Amino acid sequence: MAYFKLQGVGKSFGVRRVLHEVNLFVEEGEFVTIVGTSGSGKTTLIKIASGLMNPDTGGVFLAGLPVTSFPARAAMVFQNYSLLPWLSAKENVRLAVESAFPQWNRTQQLDQVTKYLEIVGLGAAAGKRPGQLSGGMRQRVAIARAFAVEPALMLLDEPFGALDALTRATLQAELIKLIGQQSPRATVLMISNSVDEAILLSDRVVALGTKLSPAVPVTLAHPRTHKALQHEEEAVKVKARITEFLLAAGTAKSAECQPVEPRILAQVVPE
Amino acid sequence: MVAAIKNFLLSLVGIALVIGVWAAVSTWFSADLPSPIKTWKESELYVLQPWEKRGEMDQGIGLMAMYSLIRVAKGFLLGILFGAPLGLLLGASQLLSKMFDPVIQVLRPISPLAWLPLGLILFRQSEPAALFTIAVCSMWPTVINTMHGVRSIPQDYVNVAKVLRLSPWKRFTKVLLPSTLPYMFTGFRLSLGIAWLVIVASEMLTGTPGVGGFLWQEYNSLVYSHILLCILTIGVVGFTLDRLMGLIEAKLRIA
Repeated sequence: MAYFKLQGVGKSFGVRRVLHEVNLFVEEGEFVTIVGTSGSGKTTLIKIASGLMNPDTGGVFLAGLPVTSFPARAAMVFQNYSLLPWLSAKENVRLAVESAFPQWNRTQQLDQVTKYLEIVGLGAAAGKRPGQLSGGMRQRVAIARAFAVEPALMLLDEPFGALDALTRATLQAELIKLIGQQSPRATVLMISNSVDEAILLSDRVVALGTKLSPAVPVTLAHPRTHKALQHEEEAVKVKARITEFLLAAGTAKSAECQPVEPRILAQVVPE
Repeated sequence: MVAAIKNFLLSLVGIALVIGVWAAVSTWFSADLPSPIKTWKESELYVLQPWEKRGEMDQGIGLMAMYSLIRVAKGFLLGILFGAPLGLLLGASQLLSKMFDPVIQVLRPISPLAWLPLGLILFRQSEPAALFTIAVCSMWPTVINTMHGVRSIPQDYVNVAKVLRLSPWKRFTKVLLPSTLPYMFTGFRLSLGIAWLVIVASEMLTGTPGVGGFLWQEYNSLVYSHILLCILTIGVVGFTLDRLMGLIEAKLRIA
């Protein structure tokens, strides 16, 4: 049985149906990415997956148990960092550690905070507040905060979406490294708008139109690099399949938007 | 720097113009209104020896202002002590806010002159009645701004609290309170302004020593120049208070 699954998930906002009959099964230790264009319901999907939002139909299950609020031993990274601006980088991470490991003493908790801030290369900036850090550094803090709770399930909501291309590539590499260092590896569900990013990081890629496409496995060995992937036949094939599905979904959607009744134009005769 | 000097000079010109109008009115329009020069001559003693106590209602302006400030501080603290928690509660609970919103809207515009007799009935003494009046009049901006602050916590921070599975206490101290604090301080600033407005009315009616009490006494003793002295003092102190609160507020906004 799959470790983390979404079963028959549907969600509408008013008359607009965002998700319909979404089924997704993620095995333990697997990295799955859902790729979708903007407005495809990606954010809604990950909010439902994380228990931050309730679906209209269907359900989310983690290790066989229904997810109704954000699960324990899970972590989430948001696109807009979501750090608390009145706390320093260190205090932001510490808040997570204290909450995840209340049984530890102060020293153990602080050691954990320092360890993860150093892993993401922010040892020196630990005392700074988010406002004093660049976008890339903020997202590093957010990543440190996520990994510091040693999560079994990691939810990534377009984690690199707000970053410039260069920072994005660096942080992708660091994410691969961090996940590799974990034992056992966390199960990861990522949302992204970049097919390349999905192929770079994940074991399986799924496209989200109004429904989910069949999952496309990526079997290439880690660590992968953007450069190598450009010439890799499998990567090119995966990209083509996912892109094709997204384009088809896009066409279907715009067809849906056509008015049902033909418009009757008024007769305008020049006098 | 040049702009700052220019602004300062311009404000001096403004003050000079107002004094000019005052002098003109006292010369040609109202003989009872003391001219600026007469006001200064008769007030000199009170301004140059601000901490001199010659009698219960005959003290330097510094002492008078201090009595008023202490009274305002007490009333204001009392007001925000009730106002801030009330605002937090009303912001957090839809039910409570629907229950009490009409009550607040009705109580808010009531003048201090109306509250004071009620305070006198309740406490039978002028000092607690004055504090009651200041507290009850000045608390509303704190209540309303705090409530507004709680309601406008960004969804991001709410999500952080959920994702980190924070305890209710941590949620309150690490997320809700810091996020609401700037709003609260705006409330405090407005509340302090009202508290200072109310002091004069309450001292006038209770006849206690302070700027307002002094003003009323001097009106009754026909020493009109001292009324102007009191008015100026009230203005300057109020302005200073507002600036001080503004500085604290600005500090909080950056954080």
